[in-house]
Amino acid sequence: MMKMTSPAELEKYRSSILEGIDSGRPSVSVCCGTGCSASGALEVVSAFERLLEEKGIQANINTKITGCHGFCEQGPLVLLSPGNRLYCKVTEEDVDDIIEETLLANRVVERLLFVDPVTGEKIEKEEEIPFYKKQLRLIFGDNGKMVPTDIRDYLSLGGYSALAKVLKGMGPQEVIQEIKNSRLRGRGGAGFPTGLKWESCDKAEGDIKYVICNADEGDPGCFQDRSLLEGNPHLVLEGMIIGAYSVGASQGYIYVRNEYPLAVKNFSTALEQAREMGLLGENILGSDFSFNIKVVRGGGAFVCGESSALITSIEGRIGEPRYKFVHAAEKGLWDRPTVLNNVKTWAAVPLIINRGAEWFSEIGTEQSKGTMIFSLTGKVNNTGLVEVPMGISLRELIFEIGGGILEGRKFKAVQTGGPSGGCIPEGLLNLPLDFEKLAEVGSMVGSGGMIVMDETTCMVDVAKYFLSFTQEESCGKCVPCREGGEHMLKILERITRGEGEERDLELLKEISDTMQCASLCALGKLAPNPVLTTLKYFPEEYLAHIKDKKCSAGVCKELIEYLIDPEACTGCGRCLKACPTGAISGEKEAVHILDQEQCIKCGNCMEVCRFDAVSVE
Amino acid sequence: MVSITINGREIKTDQEDITLLQLARSEGIGIPTLCFHKALLPYGACRLCVVEVTGGQNTKIVNSCAYPVREDGISVQTNTPKLKQIRKNILEFLLARCPEIDMVKKMASGLGVKEKRLPEKSLPEDQTEECVLCGLCVRVCGEVIGKEAISFVHRGAEREVAAPFYSQSKDCVGCTACHFVCPTGAIKVKESGNKRFISPWNTEITLVTCEMCGISFAPENSGEYLQAKLGLPAEWLKLCPQCRRKVAAETMGKYDFTSRNVILKK
Amino acid sequence: MTVDLEKVNSIIEKYRDDREAFIALLQDISAEYRYLPEEVIRYVSEEIEVPVSRLFSLATFYTSFRLEPRGEHEVQVCMGTACHVRGAPRMLDKVTQKLNIKPGETTEDKRFTVETVNCVGACALGPLLVYDGKYYGKLTQRKIEKLLEGSNDEDDQSS
Repeated sequence: MMKMTSPAELEKYRSSILEGIDSGRPSVSVCCGTGCSASGALEVVSAFERLLEEKGIQANINTKITGCHGFCEQGPLVLLSPGNRLYCKVTEEDVDDIIEETLLANRVVERLLFVDPVTGEKIEKEEEIPFYKKQLRLIFGDNGKMVPTDIRDYLSLGGYSALAKVLKGMGPQEVIQEIKNSRLRGRGGAGFPTGLKWESCDKAEGDIKYVICNADEGDPGCFQDRSLLEGNPHLVLEGMIIGAYSVGASQGYIYVRNEYPLAVKNFSTALEQAREMGLLGENILGSDFSFNIKVVRGGGAFVCGESSALITSIEGRIGEPRYKFVHAAEKGLWDRPTVLNNVKTWAAVPLIINRGAEWFSEIGTEQSKGTMIFSLTGKVNNTGLVEVPMGISLRELIFEIGGGILEGRKFKAVQTGGPSGGCIPEGLLNLPLDFEKLAEVGSMVGSGGMIVMDETTCMVDVAKYFLSFTQEESCGKCVPCREGGEHMLKILERITRGEGEERDLELLKEISDTMQCASLCALGKLAPNPVLTTLKYFPEEYLAHIKDKKCSAGVCKELIEYLIDPEACTGCGRCLKACPTGAISGEKEAVHILDQEQCIKCGNCMEVCRFDAVSVE
Repeated sequence: MVSITINGREIKTDQEDITLLQLARSEGIGIPTLCFHKALLPYGACRLCVVEVTGGQNTKIVNSCAYPVREDGISVQTNTPKLKQIRKNILEFLLARCPEIDMVKKMASGLGVKEKRLPEKSLPEDQTEECVLCGLCVRVCGEVIGKEAISFVHRGAEREVAAPFYSQSKDCVGCTACHFVCPTGAIKVKESGNKRFISPWNTEITLVTCEMCGISFAPENSGEYLQAKLGLPAEWLKLCPQCRRKVAAETMGKYDFTSRNVILKK
Repeated sequence: MTVDLEKVNSIIEKYRDDREAFIALLQDISAEYRYLPEEVIRYVSEEIEVPVSRLFSLATFYTSFRLEPRGEHEVQVCMGTACHVRGAPRMLDKVTQKLNIKPGETTEDKRFTVETVNCVGACALGPLLVYDGKYYGKLTQRKIEKLLEGSNDEDDQSS
């Protein structure tokens, strides 16, 4: 690959790539993000390669392995063009049909089309599927169109034109002003105005400055950053290079969670390719701006997603947050001015530079501009990554894009913002999604996690779950988080065991208050949120657990019983065989009986019963 | 010159690098601390020293041990009901963790803890927790002594201070600075013969035995460390301080200091 | 246990110019030996002139490090929120029941190590476990049973 020594040379190269693309040539894009790969996407790819070769037509078809398309529930996904046809849940057995019917004969393979769970309608084109239709996939949309490990694909979609524009004729302060005008706010959780952060760093004293990409996406249920790094690493890279240029940083770091090996691999490949092409390293595109990036892997600690802990970790120490009375923009990594931003924030930068701050600021709400990529998971039909303009309502997101609740159940709550966020009940479904509105109800946008819950979710169990998560991940340095959190967890454990007392609720609130006010970092300060919001919106569940010793959702083991309905039981014996403790007894074809004393509430019996004879009380 | 108010009182200072805690204490305003020590960098772990700082419309709660006094016109409160609740809760937590430690009991009672609402930490075999995880021992060993013989291990509720692999650290010089700074007495030092035992680091330090009088006086590896660091003569470290002084006096006694050239006496 | 220090030397050499890359160094050691042997940590501490206490701190703080050897097969059950609401705790129970060990432990015959992990980012497949690096989603207690029993087979059990 040639080194580009000027923006003009880059544009020439880009033109030559575009000229070489035969848009008439059919192409097959197979999503191979972590989710689809785990469902067999790689086997689908092998099948395509093998069969296309066998049929002697592999030269006429463009086969691409792309990153995450976002529609994870329906994976493995295969996108075919021309026509933008989307096939869902594709297996290697389907590949032959796809080739013969669709690629060669331009016919649709009906059984592979997406079926709308509400209308039953089969939908052919990707953009007509409600999941995609209602989205505004400005940042995420290119994932399905490119091979992430081929920089030429990124270039063919306009990649690095923002960097070229900047180096051709925008001074550093001009770039910062543009980002300020866009009113972009950090997408990692705190929502701090990105332009202001960059400006502080630029103004800070010191010759050596750093930019860092926080890719320690630790919120359980969130995988947007992973998908962006796997599927479009150059987008994030370009953003970082522009940012470094604007604040005068010559060294950058990306801190990637240890659990994301493919993200590390693809981003590292992107770095290599960018270096080869002169887009990274010394004298970028022939300018006197030099910048390099190092990949640092996390060691397995959620707390390292907190900016001061992340910086401490890069410095080779344990991820203990520090008190921050001087912003990292002034004194960060090794006490030098540092800009630390989330993956999604960096990814928005090239877009803003290319299309302008004004355009960007017209999307979203008054205080929250642009789009946000949410990770919609849990008891929702269409699980996946969803990019929508800020301000869309929860209802639209969950029901129109998400397709409503799994198995036709009833919506109960949605957890937004991960373990630092809160649960939002049905009554607030019309809430517009933006930084301020979610904070007002006790939750937060955070890193964009949205876990949907239905009537089979116990809210006390959810609070206990989140608190046990934050306790496991707490660094343990400060007393309120370490000790206070542990006591709160113990109280919740007692409540879910049926050993709760009414005064426990007051104690939970008091400890929460101390943790929120006095903890050293955001992990401790926000850890009580799930408890406080569930207490606020579902107090009756807590009281039922405490006073009546009942778990209406059927989750808390000590408070539930499995029952065999004698009317429905056919005596097939499946449950008897499945029971690990021998708690079920019965003759063949006679009603089976469950001995509560022996029952360990594993739920095996309910899982294997084909006659719906087992229920939970 | 920076002018702020603390508890309604106007206070001015022109000292650079002064913290709210230092300023308040110098003005006779009491703020409790646990993990703070003037010889060490502020750590911010105990959260007892928290105060409310108001600048403009915003009030925030910060640890005064490290908060730099730089902003003119801020107003600080050190003992509001909220801060009292926080401190009380923190001591409740510490009391539940270390129910037998006198210092914790005293602080708890002093900060308003009247009843025990939280379950006590129980350890196997009737042991009781004595460490409040203030980190003073780790920090003094690292920052002042420069040896880093002990460190924080694990995290969250499992966090504790330990020597590497829970066995004696070869970096330990037996100086007992950790024992000296420990507020609860969790670090115990025992001496027997020419051995010094520092629990709970499972550490047994051999002391140098004085060549003259036979008492054991300083850790061998302390001596080695100081020798290397300060270039002290090896003979010095073979005699205990008393005998060293005796020898010095005797040696001095051999010289006539009244003569013009200091000469040996006859 | 005698440890091959040749490999350690080449890892130390790799980070010769990167003074603060302790975590990366430990990760390389962990990849090589499948855990962090005490011998190796002490040796590294001498060679790079960093107190052992610092390395021990790092080794115990970060969950990607183990001070005990792992079993032949590593079973990581995802306990992320999305998996949780889809029944992950029951899946974990099944695994621990079947192998008779608690999370974080290794079976006596050293064949299996069970761990929990907080979200691997494949939420659409929840509940999910990672078995020797391979993802197994849409778990049921039956599937877990088959997976653990058939651990000698090369069967692909993905959904």
